[in-house]
Amino acid sequence: MTTTDLPAGDARPQAALLRPHAEQQFAAELAALAAQDAAQGSARPPSWVLSPGAVVTYLLGGTTADGTVVTPKYVGPRRLVEVAVATLATDRALLLLGVPGTAKTWVSEHLAAAVSGDSTLLVQGTSGTAEESIRYGWNYARLLAEGPSPAAIVASPVMTAMADGRIARVEELTRIPSDVQDALITILSEKTLPVPELGTEVQAAKGFNVIATANNRDRGVNELSSALRRRFNTVVLPLPAGEDEEVEIVSRRVEQLGRALELPEVPAAMEEIRRVVTVFRELRSGVTADGRTTLKSPSGTLSTAEAISVVTHGLALSAHFGDGVLRAHDVAAGILGAVVQDPVADRTVWTEYLEAVVRERAGWGDFYRACREVSG
Amino acid sequence: MTAEQPWVEVLGVRHHGPGSARSVAAALEALAPDCVLVEGPADADPVLALAASPDMTPPVALLGYAADAPGTAAFWPFAVFSPEWQAVSYALRHGVRLQLCDLPAAVSLAQREADAGPGPDGDASRDPDGDPHGDPEGDPGPDRAGESLRAQARTDPIALLAHAAGHDDPERWWDDVVESRGAVAAAQAPPSPDGGRAHPALGAFAAVAEAMTVLREAVPTPEGPERDREEQREAHMRQVLRAVLRDGARRVVVVCGAWHVPALTGALPTATADARRLRGLPRRKVVLTWVPWTHSRLAYASGYGAGVESPGWYHHLFTAPDRTVTRWMTRVAGVLRAQDLPVSSAHVIESVRLAEALATLRGRPLAGLAEVTEATRAVLCEGDDVALASVTSALVVGERLGGVPDDAPVVPLMADLRAQARRLRLKPDAAERVLDLDLRTGTDRARSVLLHRLTLLDLPWGVAADGGVRSTGTFRETWALRWTPSLEVAAVEASMWGATVAAAAGERVVATAQGRAGGAADAPGAGRAPTLPGLAALVRSCLLADLPDATDRLLAALADRAARDTDVAHLMAALPGLVEAQRYGDVRQTDTEALGRVADTLLVRICAGLPAAVSALDDDGAAALRTHVEAVHAAVALRAVPQDRDRWLDTLHGLVDRADVHGLLVGRAVRLLRDAGRVDPADAAARLGRALSVGADAPAKAAWVEGFLAGGGLLLVHDADLLALLDRWVRGLREQEFVDVLPLVRRSFGAFEAGERRAVADRVRALPVGAAGGARPGAGAGWPDVDPDRAAAALGTVAAILGLSEALR
Repeated sequence: MTTTDLPAGDARPQAALLRPHAEQQFAAELAALAAQDAAQGSARPPSWVLSPGAVVTYLLGGTTADGTVVTPKYVGPRRLVEVAVATLATDRALLLLGVPGTAKTWVSEHLAAAVSGDSTLLVQGTSGTAEESIRYGWNYARLLAEGPSPAAIVASPVMTAMADGRIARVEELTRIPSDVQDALITILSEKTLPVPELGTEVQAAKGFNVIATANNRDRGVNELSSALRRRFNTVVLPLPAGEDEEVEIVSRRVEQLGRALELPEVPAAMEEIRRVVTVFRELRSGVTADGRTTLKSPSGTLSTAEAISVVTHGLALSAHFGDGVLRAHDVAAGILGAVVQDPVADRTVWTEYLEAVVRERAGWGDFYRACREVSG
Repeated sequence: MTAEQPWVEVLGVRHHGPGSARSVAAALEALAPDCVLVEGPADADPVLALAASPDMTPPVALLGYAADAPGTAAFWPFAVFSPEWQAVSYALRHGVRLQLCDLPAAVSLAQREADAGPGPDGDASRDPDGDPHGDPEGDPGPDRAGESLRAQARTDPIALLAHAAGHDDPERWWDDVVESRGAVAAAQAPPSPDGGRAHPALGAFAAVAEAMTVLREAVPTPEGPERDREEQREAHMRQVLRAVLRDGARRVVVVCGAWHVPALTGALPTATADARRLRGLPRRKVVLTWVPWTHSRLAYASGYGAGVESPGWYHHLFTAPDRTVTRWMTRVAGVLRAQDLPVSSAHVIESVRLAEALATLRGRPLAGLAEVTEATRAVLCEGDDVALASVTSALVVGERLGGVPDDAPVVPLMADLRAQARRLRLKPDAAERVLDLDLRTGTDRARSVLLHRLTLLDLPWGVAADGGVRSTGTFRETWALRWTPSLEVAAVEASMWGATVAAAAGERVVATAQGRAGGAADAPGAGRAPTLPGLAALVRSCLLADLPDATDRLLAALADRAARDTDVAHLMAALPGLVEAQRYGDVRQTDTEALGRVADTLLVRICAGLPAAVSALDDDGAAALRTHVEAVHAAVALRAVPQDRDRWLDTLHGLVDRADVHGLLVGRAVRLLRDAGRVDPADAAARLGRALSVGADAPAKAAWVEGFLAGGGLLLVHDADLLALLDRWVRGLREQEFVDVLPLVRRSFGAFEAGERRAVADRVRALPVGAAGGARPGAGAGWPDVDPDRAAAALGTVAAILGLSEALR
């Protein structure tokens, strides 16, 4: 089930697509980095499109030797990206852990695009994911007509990646049932996928590797067995470190989303964005920005992704029902919904925060009143 | 060696650098000097010989303190991987003449005191020496970037060079660049003119000396007191060097910080100029001794500004014979296994591979601490930062504790303790003695403060006794004093917290509050952060021990803990103690503003959390919470801040109309609000009536009544309506209901004073006979089955209990 099976996807112009793949959207940057590698003679691991150093540059941004600007794909600690790339280079599988909304999938897509030029070999993990999606399935019409034969096999993305020496991605690994997860063990340790029906096997070409993502909030869904776990190197993606960094991420994504959803233009409301980010950061970290007051943290994640959706929601409210300017009451309801997930414990947390912090803070009077109003 | 001409070799080192230490050890073996000079306080020479004692195990520190003010102190720590320590042990082992050559501690302490002015004693020890081996300035100065760069050039120039080369681990840079390049340079160099001194290890030092010469030109120390001090120190080093050469030393090795190398080689200033520079420096009488040190105190993390971030890693770099990364990863695996984390050999193999791959990706020939830590996190700890933190504290920093011989001179904490005891006329005595203190007099108050501080330090010279006079007032305290030899040992252990009793006690309390008092020298069982009420108790101890700084930091910890504690009952338990401490603090003239602020935020949190905490409680839970509610109510009244009171009463008011709250709490809340004038008496009576109406079952009603009536029955005496309501309710009970509620009602009334009970009974008698009729004792009409004769005896007793005997007669 590679993209070649779906010619319609490739035939249309990129602009018409709701969301182009990473290697399509950033083809120019990838080409410039490859050219730089060729010019500098940087060593590439077998089957890699770029050298490890260029992969790091692709993710974190920079400028190539010929002056092409590489946009940052991931804003975060450099060491994390370096560990991830070094892991892929050592033929160990990579497990990206993080709370929801920390760009795990995003990083995995861009890593696959930069390492093997193809981010589409993807297995989406769900509780219904069957072993066929990780190993192989059968084209039953053919199987009945011709008996078992290589032509009757429907290769999984993992099998394709092994044959071609590319990166396979497994999303939400912990949502996959344990017995299906275990199918990965042989693939990762022996680097081979036996096909007993044909008496053959697919041996992984050099360059094959797996990037899995998992959410470490609901770790208990299908906890990885230790046998599988030890075949992965783990990189935990953190929430953004600084307020400015997070404001930057939120405003950039909000702008992109607003354009994609074709919302009417609303003047850039940096002040409200900063306020939302501040509230999220303070509640998440359990301490106010000035470090003077400690707070309880609510049960929800309060990830950057949620901050983005609160602001987008507020923008939609103000554009369609308000005066077109993002104001405190446009975001208040969204914030309340994001913070108060557990009606008893989180409400206590929220009330404490409102009364002890927001109320006292200079210039936050309108926000306090708006929150009081929606809190009831 | 046929050296007619005396020679001097200056080895520039990185303080606490294992690479330097190894090079120094190798160079000394190769050079076989007859005199070794080491950067360190020159007046410590007499105690230096103690370093040869078999009981002396690093990490240890040279400690200098002013004889009359132990708070003015400086430390010069040594670990086994310190180049200075290697030089000292070489000299002592080979019986080579050994001398320290930096400015004497007598001068550097006097200079520092002159700079800082006469500060409060005890503060100095919290701000120890900035440079481990000499520069006695605690604070490197203004915060400009250029200034901090200059400061780093002086304190750790090799790290500066390593960072410039893109290495974040200066030690690996030393291994990679300095040692290997140095070896190559020495091998290629033509034979040196002075014979056989071209040793590979010396090549490294030649490279360092060259780099330092350039660096000193590029980043000169700006004119000012700092420059003066640097010149004085280097002049002193040169003078010592000249003196040993005059005394006939022929093969001299100087081990000093790399920064000073150019000042000791090449063209030197004249001896006269140096002598002039050193003339007239202030001096004071100091005591020098050795104290045990710990790896964690060497570490940057413990606030010791001059330390190294990873003493455990350095120790490993110095002691591991080969395959550094592999051995390190194996030790990490050992630590994790000891915590029952499953770590296999395959894990170790993969972690070593990842560390090396990372080093390659970063363009470094050797994996450093950053790479092994990343590999540990990604492979061995499976991304878990908590597991990684345990590795960091156990290995990267390490818990190694040094030891010093018993005959090392006394520590300053003990000196301070003795001085204070003398001043307060408290004599150390092995026999127990009881001491009654009157806190209104100055001497006794100082004595009390000292004994409280010692208790905080686990130095139980005095034990607070519950003397007979205690109950007579808060201005009296009774102590049982007894001096035991173990206190001397305890004092040495406690000296890790500070140089004076006050400073050490403060530091210790803060460490306890933060749950890091579990150092090697500490009592077992410590090391876990105390609970919220425990913290409140610590605050009280701090007030008693008169430690205002520690109190402030404790309050910050308390505020933190309060914010994280989700149990409202804990918050409510802590508040009354704090409010009382505030009142008590007023008596002792301490600043209680901060206490008040913390109490305020506690109250805000209580008010926010109480509405959620009161729902769906059982009888025991409600009873427990009721005592907390009463305590908080009393504390709010004691604090007497109007907006706090309003906030609290608003919260209580929010409870009384809710259906899911236990009757005991609602009844109590209504009563408190009625007494506070928030609910008018008519409304309260209406609520009582509602609570006692048909909607609820009898035990719930009784609980409501118990809550409402708790704390005195006078209300019933004066409010006839309420009494009538109650009376109607009791009379209206069916037999089984009466049996059910009797114990509860009995408990409510049993809490009243006897006089109150009698007054209530009088009022009940005065009530008009209700329609239900027949409630009056002895009336008989409503009690058809009663045998008056048999009942008479019981009636007499009941009447006596109720105080109705007159009426019967």
